[in-house]
Amino acid sequence: MGQITLNQITKSFGDVQVIPPLDLEINEGEFVVFVGPSGCGKSTLLRLIAGLEDTTSGHISIDGKDATQLPPAKRGLAMVFQSYALYPHMSVRKNIAFPMRMAGIDEATQKQKIEAAAKALNLTDYLDRKPGQLSGGQRQRVAIGRAIVREPAAFLFDEPLSNLDAALRVGMRLEIMELHKKLETTMIYVTHDQVEAMTMADKIVVLQAGVIEQVGSPLELYHAPRNKFVAGFIGSPKMNLIEGAEAAKHDAATIGIRPEHLTVSKTDGAWKGTVGVAEHLGSDTFIHVHGTGLVDMMTVRITGDIEVRHGDTIHLTPDMEQLHRFDAQGLRIA
Amino acid sequence: MARAVTNQRKALNTAIAWGVGLLIFFPILWTILTSFKTEAEAIANPPVFLFFDWTLENYGVVQERSNYMRFLMNSIIIAGGSTILGILVAVPAAWSMAFVPSRRTKDILLWMLSTKMLPAVGVLYPIYLLCIQLGVLDNRLALVVILMLINLPIIVWMLYTYFREIPGEILEAARMDGASLKDEILYVLTPMAIPGIASTILLNFILAWNEAFWTLNLTSVDAAPLTAFIASYSSPEGLFFAKLSAASTMAIAPILILGWFSQKQLVRGLTFGAVK
Repeated sequence: MGQITLNQITKSFGDVQVIPPLDLEINEGEFVVFVGPSGCGKSTLLRLIAGLEDTTSGHISIDGKDATQLPPAKRGLAMVFQSYALYPHMSVRKNIAFPMRMAGIDEATQKQKIEAAAKALNLTDYLDRKPGQLSGGQRQRVAIGRAIVREPAAFLFDEPLSNLDAALRVGMRLEIMELHKKLETTMIYVTHDQVEAMTMADKIVVLQAGVIEQVGSPLELYHAPRNKFVAGFIGSPKMNLIEGAEAAKHDAATIGIRPEHLTVSKTDGAWKGTVGVAEHLGSDTFIHVHGTGLVDMMTVRITGDIEVRHGDTIHLTPDMEQLHRFDAQGLRIA
Repeated sequence: MARAVTNQRKALNTAIAWGVGLLIFFPILWTILTSFKTEAEAIANPPVFLFFDWTLENYGVVQERSNYMRFLMNSIIIAGGSTILGILVAVPAAWSMAFVPSRRTKDILLWMLSTKMLPAVGVLYPIYLLCIQLGVLDNRLALVVILMLINLPIIVWMLYTYFREIPGEILEAARMDGASLKDEILYVLTPMAIPGIASTILLNFILAWNEAFWTLNLTSVDAAPLTAFIASYSSPEGLFFAKLSAASTMAIAPILILGWFSQKQLVRGLTFGAVK
């Protein structure tokens, strides 16, 4: 269960078309991440699948059945919201029970499922508390618990971790991934954070202005971005994109080289520049280099630590094997 | 850092607050006191504050001369009826404006409020004529409808403000969880909006209870509520301050008791959203 197909779906708000005709296939058991800058339509796309927004045209089918006109409740999907959207007047137990109560499931089964979900999510001690008495991470777990007990065809996550602090976010990310391994249910996850996308996804869908720029596994996107947008969006720090004469040498309008595919030397190399800021992370060092004459600022990633100071002259050499080439339209040249 | 407040300062502030409170309450207190005086004491100069011969005579006269219970029933029917009707109309209206707003929602809200800016007397003539034409002058049902319409903008505004405080995502979550529109309203929205709905009902009931312009102009005998009961004692032929006070006290007593017991609810409702 959990095969979702979008066929030529569009969405307009008034005269503004936010999703131009779009096709997408989400396979059973897949962990799919929609990623893109804010306003790219990723949340709208998720809400169209959920049924919280009506499609302007096109068809959505879930497990082979046309779900385009079905109300959210009839689609068999569960959603976890960014704000958790817990019912503040109900205890954790009642929150988790709510979808089962709506489905008319008997009390005994409800109790059993609540206990199982609470155990899996470490919520057993908190079942009788109200959401207001829980921490952010616990609230998010309650929201997930409420989703699990429905045994949905697919889980939809709308930026579920953005309200959590950094440390908690990494922990919850792992928990969600483990949950996916355990349940093997389709999950669709929306985020603007490309690190979340890279670490969690089986399949990433990169969106910009409602258009799918590329669909692929994290490593496909990393190694073979289909265009300049994907190249710049996936990977941290960003890929260096160089235009002009240097690109022309490689028969391209733009060439791209990732910070980790540049080597640094103090004596010689292909490109010369001066060190602006060096960010020492211990495991890595990011050096921002100015005055190369190619781009305003080029970022280099060095594994380990390196002794460089502001104003030092350094030489950079790209790994030609890892060079990406794009044509005048911004599309990848194979 | 919290501002340092000296004890002296605190005492002064408390005294000022009590002073202002008493000043506001004084007319009501004076009315109640006067109702226990004789007519002569009521107009005595200088006025007597507490040391007079307390008497229940005025209440006896008032009860004898007019049927308090009939006026009370009319007040309850008119205030209660217009409140219930108003809530029934306003909940769906506020609902749709809070959760499915359109481009014109704000304009509609302002337009509704603007009707409160018109002096009531401006529409007295047409409404009076309409009531005559429809044969509903001095009719309780007509007053229920008119008072409902008069207070509707306030009810809608208040409910709209409360509903706006409820995050839409929670309702969407309920929808995802399989709740029908009925379930969503019954199990999720209403429990969350109860404090707001309760204080709206309360305030509207008080407003309708005290409404005097329309109740005085559109009633005579059958539908006359307590406002008309008070007015009947402000006779132009003589000054019967003690009896007028007794009538007023009897008229405001029910609402004063109601307000006293629900003040916590009222304060919370009226400051909702302002201080979270």
